[in-house]
Amino acid sequence: MVLFLSPILSSLFHSLKTPKDSASSPPTYIPPTFSLDNYQSLANSSSGIISDGIYLYIGNSLLLAGLTVIGTLILATLAGYGFARFKFKGREIYFAIILLMIMVPFQALLTPIYFLFAQVGLQNSLVGLSLIYITYQLPFSIFLMRNTFMVIPQALGEAAMVDGCSPFKVFRSIMLPLAQPGIISVALFAFFASWNEFIAALTMISVQEKYPLPVVLTLLSDRQMGATNFGFLQAGVVVTMIPCIALFLVLQKYYVSGLVSGGVKS
Amino acid sequence: MKTGASKRTGFWFILPSMVFVLIFFLVPLVAVLIMSSTNFPLLGDVEYVGLQNYKDMMSDTEFHQTIIQTLIYTALVTPPLFFVGLGAALLIRRTNKLSSFFRTFFFMPLVIGFGSAAFLWYWLLDPGTGYIPQLLRDLGFGAMEKPILGYMPGALLAVILMVVWKFSSLQMILLMAAMQGIDPEVLESSEMDGAVKWKQLRYITLPLIKRTLGMVFILSIAGSLLAFDQFFIMTGGGPEGQTETMVFYVWRQAFRSFNLGYAAALSVVISIALLLVSLIQVRFINEKD
Repeated sequence: MVLFLSPILSSLFHSLKTPKDSASSPPTYIPPTFSLDNYQSLANSSSGIISDGIYLYIGNSLLLAGLTVIGTLILATLAGYGFARFKFKGREIYFAIILLMIMVPFQALLTPIYFLFAQVGLQNSLVGLSLIYITYQLPFSIFLMRNTFMVIPQALGEAAMVDGCSPFKVFRSIMLPLAQPGIISVALFAFFASWNEFIAALTMISVQEKYPLPVVLTLLSDRQMGATNFGFLQAGVVVTMIPCIALFLVLQKYYVSGLVSGGVKS
Repeated sequence: MKTGASKRTGFWFILPSMVFVLIFFLVPLVAVLIMSSTNFPLLGDVEYVGLQNYKDMMSDTEFHQTIIQTLIYTALVTPPLFFVGLGAALLIRRTNKLSSFFRTFFFMPLVIGFGSAAFLWYWLLDPGTGYIPQLLRDLGFGAMEKPILGYMPGALLAVILMVVWKFSSLQMILLMAAMQGIDPEVLESSEMDGAVKWKQLRYITLPLIKRTLGMVFILSIAGSLLAFDQFFIMTGGGPEGQTETMVFYVWRQAFRSFNLGYAAALSVVISIALLLVSLIQVRFINEKD
């Protein structure tokens, strides 16, 4: 277990060294003096490596993740419920398309998406990027929500229908609250996926002010005067990792159940 | 609920997600096929070239090289991922407090992003300030003459180590869930028959979770064939392109050289390869344990 945790702790320690200590070779495992200098230069962009303080980029990542989570939740709960409870025309075809989405690698569609986004001016747009993320979270999320709704007794909704509730009202007021565990799993995975995604963000966003955190790390690892400032880079890595670790610690149960039950694409 | 009204209701629930799938999946899917038969320059007129891009691929030795390198990476990373995952699953399959505590830490590498993990290891392996070369010095292996990530096979092995560190918990949890689904009586009766632990594993446990075994293998193979982040960040495809993967090459053709038509054709070929791998996966999912 130590083996699995120690790289993360090492990164934390290295980021807490003074810039001088973090550049010294050979390195010490534990910081000789603990210092927040690396984080301070991340915060106020005094390094000259990034044009703005890290808060801007944290904001970009939060916006991206927020839009992805909300969009995925709305679309996947609706569709999951539709698949779990209704028979409708085209159901099999849509189901097959979703299966196809799991099989066709998303990376292979980056080239046309890039071109199509360029046509409609969605390049360099975090909203545009979130639309891609939402779409590719759908197969996993719809399956997970479908499974969640399937185990909710159908009688609950039928009774309300008899009382004159509309199908949408049944969905919103009765089914959604009962589907909470599935909803949390879907939201959690949508957050992880959008917060951490790299290749599409790298491709679609080319102006620095719009970079999400993983792409900012490529800037932090740039060589300045012949050497990468590794303490600084690890401070960036820690900032990027912390929300994931914190959310996981709080919502571990939902994470594990999502991994096991879903189509498993992490 | 089999009335006509309910049929329409179901459709309304599905519609919003369908719009997204149509615009951001089906349209690009058709577009990539069309683009692959054009020269598609960034500027100037698009010219239909038929199957020329696919013919060019046949003689593109650089692409062939990345295919071989991706296959080697896939073949090398899959077994350690599986065995570490299986080992961990056997060690902490009991659900007591201590094992769930361990499991929490085991999951940490999985939940941090691929990008963060790769940048973390990029530093960890740095010959000057990284902890791993320092640890090797402290353990008496002597100073490393060359930076691990700058030379083969060090660069490839380092990436594999990182990926095993990051993803074995995923394999563990899937295997563990499958093992917990085994009827405990089956295992108990085999113990009474005097089956040795590893024989029990080999002849009873593993055959009973055949379907999950297939799934974790396919998962690892499909993921490795699409490797990009870890190589882009840790090795940049180097040294001398020796760790450049297929997706990396396509990405470079599309977004560095702007050969969008050729990149589209390469994408189609990779998609077909992955489609075949996934079809095997669907077979595993449909097969009963």
